[in-house]
Amino acid sequence: MSNTKFGIYGGQYVPEILMSEIINLEKSYNKYKDDPKFTSELEFLLNSYAGRPSMLYFAKKMTENLGGAKVYLKREDLNHTGSHKINNVLGQALLAKYMGKKRLIAETGAGQHGVATATAAALLGLECEIFMGKEDTERQALNVYRMELLGAKVHPVVSGTMTLKDAVNEAMREWARSSKDTFYLLGSVMGPHPYPTMVRDFQSVISKEARKQILDIEGKLPNVVMACIGGGSNAIGMFYNFINDPDVNLIGVEAAGLGVETGKHAATMTCGRLGVFHGMKSIFCQDENGQISPVYSISAGLDYPGVGPEHAWLNSIGRAQYVSATDEQAVEAFEYLSRVEGIIPAIESSHALAYALKIVPKMRKDDVVIICLSGRGDKDVAAIARYKGEKLYE
Amino acid sequence: MSKLSEAFRNKTLTAFLTAGDPDINSTEDFVMQMVRAGVDIVEISIPFSDPIAENEVVQASTLRALKVGITIDNVFELVESLRKKTDVAIVFLTYLNPIFNYGYELFFQKCNKLGVEGVIIPDLPYEEKEEVQTFAQKYGVDVICILTVEPKERVRKIACCAGGFIYLISPFNSPTSKQEDLQNLKETIKEIKKVTNTPLVLGFGTPSSNDIKIAKELSQGLVVGSKIVRIIAQYGKNASEKIYEYVKTLKDAL
Repeated sequence: MSNTKFGIYGGQYVPEILMSEIINLEKSYNKYKDDPKFTSELEFLLNSYAGRPSMLYFAKKMTENLGGAKVYLKREDLNHTGSHKINNVLGQALLAKYMGKKRLIAETGAGQHGVATATAAALLGLECEIFMGKEDTERQALNVYRMELLGAKVHPVVSGTMTLKDAVNEAMREWARSSKDTFYLLGSVMGPHPYPTMVRDFQSVISKEARKQILDIEGKLPNVVMACIGGGSNAIGMFYNFINDPDVNLIGVEAAGLGVETGKHAATMTCGRLGVFHGMKSIFCQDENGQISPVYSISAGLDYPGVGPEHAWLNSIGRAQYVSATDEQAVEAFEYLSRVEGIIPAIESSHALAYALKIVPKMRKDDVVIICLSGRGDKDVAAIARYKGEKLYE
Repeated sequence: MSKLSEAFRNKTLTAFLTAGDPDINSTEDFVMQMVRAGVDIVEISIPFSDPIAENEVVQASTLRALKVGITIDNVFELVESLRKKTDVAIVFLTYLNPIFNYGYELFFQKCNKLGVEGVIIPDLPYEEKEEVQTFAQKYGVDVICILTVEPKERVRKIACCAGGFIYLISPFNSPTSKQEDLQNLKETIKEIKKVTNTPLVLGFGTPSSNDIKIAKELSQGLVVGSKIVRIIAQYGKNASEKIYEYVKTLKDAL
């Protein structure tokens, strides 16, 4: 068996009943990941269906306005289904098809990963069932309808806190029951090996393109590359092909919610500790007895009590830096980009933008920053309006 | 002779319950009722917020226990108190994070001191066992293997180094079991017996009379999982007599 860990992080901490299917998944992934038929089929889907490569956009007005480094936005928001999620979903759904699976299951928080999975299932002719915390199905009724429109069955999860972590629990339980014909399409660089590696590989297309694009445009590497981080899939995708460029600073921005000092946040790297949960050893928000803590963020996509093991490792060796932005700062950045550049960013991506607003003015004019604009903000408009005190409902 | 090996001189009954549901004093009372009814091994769950290998009945019970603030130390105190009244074999079931957080060394040291003979950790498969095994061995506590019926090659690999007893998850949902599942189960047990003499028990949520018969014929004992948790969910503090009756019925049937 190949190495399942990044340093001490990662591994396969799952019930025995899932182990043989996880080993099967690892073997299948290793078999197909470099298979020319598989890779060319995936590339075709990414280019002709998802709209890749995504643009690297020079944010001229933002750059002038901030008066520091040149700001580039990696436009994952322009992908089909509106975020980076589709990169991973198409990869895994195609793998499911190659493995002869008939059905996809997935967890979702706000519904972005669920919608992307339902989309791929429709495209590839697979059955699809999405596990979503009951509370989230109520908060995100529109996305539930979208998934159903795409032919998926949405399963409201009523156990535990009825949010994302419980949706993962329930999806794992369902996978244990039905793994013969079912593929568990995990949405982030988390869970047991091989998921953190496989999802990272599928998302690394972001930095593969961005590295080439910036060299073409600027003739040099960026000084800073940044992304928001919940589980960490867009961040690892944005970092990966820059990890071996020691002069490129990698910055992940977590959700500080109402402020890390309030306890109402999802800033795992800032406040969490080493632990074992959802199949991996990594950093988790947990209480003094090792019980997983409820987390909070205005952004449902960052509202997860853990972080992917490769990020925990990059943090431990000092290769990447992890900081946080509050709800308030993210909302300000959300409004800022809308006004200044005419781009409405996802509230998740707005966390990365919020931190950029802090550091870019302090940088030199010939410095270059790339921010991963992981998703578009249409889905967030009503929630932000309510946050601002407007009575607006979808 | 350890309490576990002593228990396995006859067909054993292992009964599962969550520590602290509905409160820790009730748990002590429930365990004593089980002992009075003849239980051989008591499997006490140390609650964890996200028990992904358990069904919703057990998860709800775990959350009730956490709501009253049950910690690992409370569960050790429970065992300390039980040890003044009974020397029944006790094993824990818990997830890796609470133990990791407590510290492996301290955890197994306390298990040893209080006569907890084994620990079942559902999210610790064979591949990750080593980090725990070192401490468990040092303090003479068995990390109990959980096995499923497939694949056979994996079953052999895990069974050959199993200590304490082997917990085989029943492949069929009672009460309507399929003939081919039974055949498959028999073959798995045959494979296990080829590589180890470690006693093997069959686990069911709510065993039917047919399940009991199968466990008796094919293995050294039966584990009853969520059924007792269901009784506690229904009767709360007043579950003692119901638990006694239920455990007695199972024990008599073995």
